[in-house]
Amino acid sequence: MKSGSNLEKVLAAGHFSVTAECGPPRGADPEIVRKKAAFVRGHVDACNVTDNQTAMVRMSSLAGCMLIKEQGIEPLIQMVVRDRNRIALQSDLLGASALGVRNLLCLSGDHQKFGDDPQAKNVFDIDSMQLIHLVRTMRDEGVFPSGDKLEGAPQFFIGCAVNPFADPFEIRVPRLKLKIDAGADFVQTQCIYNMDKFKKYMEDARKEGLHEKVKILAGVTPLKSAGMAKFMRRMVAGMDIPEAVIERIAAEPKDKQAAKGIEMCIEQIEELKEVEGVAGVHVMAIEWEEKLEEIIGGAGLLPRPVLV
Amino acid sequence: MITGTPKPIEEVLEMLEPYDNIIVAGCHGCVTVCRVGGEKEVQVLASTIRLAREAAGNKINIKEVSLERQCDPEYVESMRPYVGDYQAVLSIACGAGIQFLAEKFTTTPLLPGINTGFLGVTERQGEWAERCQGCGDCVLHLTGGICPVTRCAKSLFHGPCGGSVRGICEVDKEIKCGWQLIIDRLKALGQMENYGKLKPYKGWSSARDGGPRRIIREDMIS
Amino acid sequence: MLPCTGRIDEALLLAAFENGADGVMVIGCLEGDCHYISGNIRARARVERVYKILEQIKIGPDRIRMYNLSAGEGERFASYANAFVDQVRNLGPSPINLVRSTNAQSAVQTAVQGEAT
Ligand code: SF4
Ligand code: SF4
Repeated sequence: MKSGSNLEKVLAAGHFSVTAECGPPRGADPEIVRKKAAFVRGHVDACNVTDNQTAMVRMSSLAGCMLIKEQGIEPLIQMVVRDRNRIALQSDLLGASALGVRNLLCLSGDHQKFGDDPQAKNVFDIDSMQLIHLVRTMRDEGVFPSGDKLEGAPQFFIGCAVNPFADPFEIRVPRLKLKIDAGADFVQTQCIYNMDKFKKYMEDARKEGLHEKVKILAGVTPLKSAGMAKFMRRMVAGMDIPEAVIERIAAEPKDKQAAKGIEMCIEQIEELKEVEGVAGVHVMAIEWEEKLEEIIGGAGLLPRPVLV
Repeated sequence: MITGTPKPIEEVLEMLEPYDNIIVAGCHGCVTVCRVGGEKEVQVLASTIRLAREAAGNKINIKEVSLERQCDPEYVESMRPYVGDYQAVLSIACGAGIQFLAEKFTTTPLLPGINTGFLGVTERQGEWAERCQGCGDCVLHLTGGICPVTRCAKSLFHGPCGGSVRGICEVDKEIKCGWQLIIDRLKALGQMENYGKLKPYKGWSSARDGGPRRIIREDMIS
Repeated sequence: MLPCTGRIDEALLLAAFENGADGVMVIGCLEGDCHYISGNIRARARVERVYKILEQIKIGPDRIRMYNLSAGEGERFASYANAFVDQVRNLGPSPINLVRSTNAQSAVQTAVQGEAT
């Protein structure tokens, strides 16, 4: 065990794992986090807490992690390299580990121009690849990147994000390989709607044996409506939603589209379970946490294994 | 070259309000090439200021000069005999040139007439684009001759990020994704193996982050 | 002597206003007919820049205009010139000239007053 996290254990035991995501509030109210946590508890192996996603200022990821941890959920801290230099990153890694956070997701972060403060200075001292490497060095060698010994190495199950649909096509698999070389233990993918393309990606990854070196959690997001699907396709960079998916949900009357979205998401998870090399799913029910139980249960993934 | 854009004339006029006897100083270096601070621009700016001030009933006297370079002491010195006869100098050289004048002529206020931009190239007449941030430790040999520090909006060393779509950067549809450019070029050069290598953390101490920089070439100091 | 409107630059146009012009009319050859290929196109761009400057400093952009004519179009030249002169007359003297004449008047007044006392 590298970190001893619940997620790591569940994956190591060969279970098909489930993670979800919680966005902290745009304010200091802890009740909002607790309410979301109530929908997540018991349904996942770990829950991501996002780090100022789309550069909109929110409660810090670490604070969010502690709040859900108090509610009995294993936290997974997301860290972007947009806002902190390597000094702040190392310090927060040590702090998060000290507070018992055992899972980490290393990200670049959306450019600040999308958020509240487009005039902010962008840091990008190291990139997300180097952050993976930095954490691995601290965890496995017990030293700072400077070489100084740590008074207690941070323990993290190290993750990163991949987009199987991103441009340019030819570097998708080499890029995953690079992240594994840097030290990633698991990856969570961008939400998948184009299953054919994803299966092709997995095939390429398997050819290189990458699925054996890293745990791949396939990302899914239930669609609330045909409108949401179209919006995401238009607005979210690198989002590949095939026409057929949109047509299927659009064929329903408006009041039945949400139910259809959930049904489609469950089907998709069932299909993902059969793809060789997919070790779990990451269910991003954006501002729709109350549906997690229905989705995860519907896919036959409840109850979650309890390991000691 | 170092590029720049003229400051809005309203801003310049506001800066000049306290003065009625000034020098407008241009430079024959980069700012001449990018047509923001050369001899011609001095003439036009001086004329514009005079017209605006006279129309406002507040005439101003302007001496127009253009130095070979505002960033070399020997040319700057040529202004010394007369600089004291004026209340201020409005310089339309780059920020370095303006500061050099300020440093040499300690009792004369120096005013910037342009906004200094970046180290860039002329992509076509009237259009300049950034290419280098002077990071002090060039890696172009590893990245197909395209700078990741400058051309990637996040200065990533292992791009592209998830925001790269069909060669366009997430930041603006007018910005090409630097990493797409790097990959295209590495492919064309048959150097894709460079892509798959983990690069060491960038040392930013040789960049501005290490404090103001200085280059000393002992061999050239006489 | 200017061989071609291509030799006219912004500084020269502005100098005309500094020297007391209420309006400046630039007449170039027909576009496509420039002996120096693109002199008149450049002139147009420069006139446009000066137009913007005059607007920014509130001298009034309509005091400058570029026309294109061939050498054989005397009548048209006359009608352009008349129209432009009318336009500038309507605008009145440029703010510079207004300031200058008030200054001159008050100078005369002061002088007269000086004599009277
Ligand atoms: S790597 Fe540094 S020196 Fe080289 S082009 Fe980029 S910013 Fe300039
Ligand atoms: S889209 Fe490309 S250029 Fe823009 S930040 Fe991402 S990797 Fe860098």
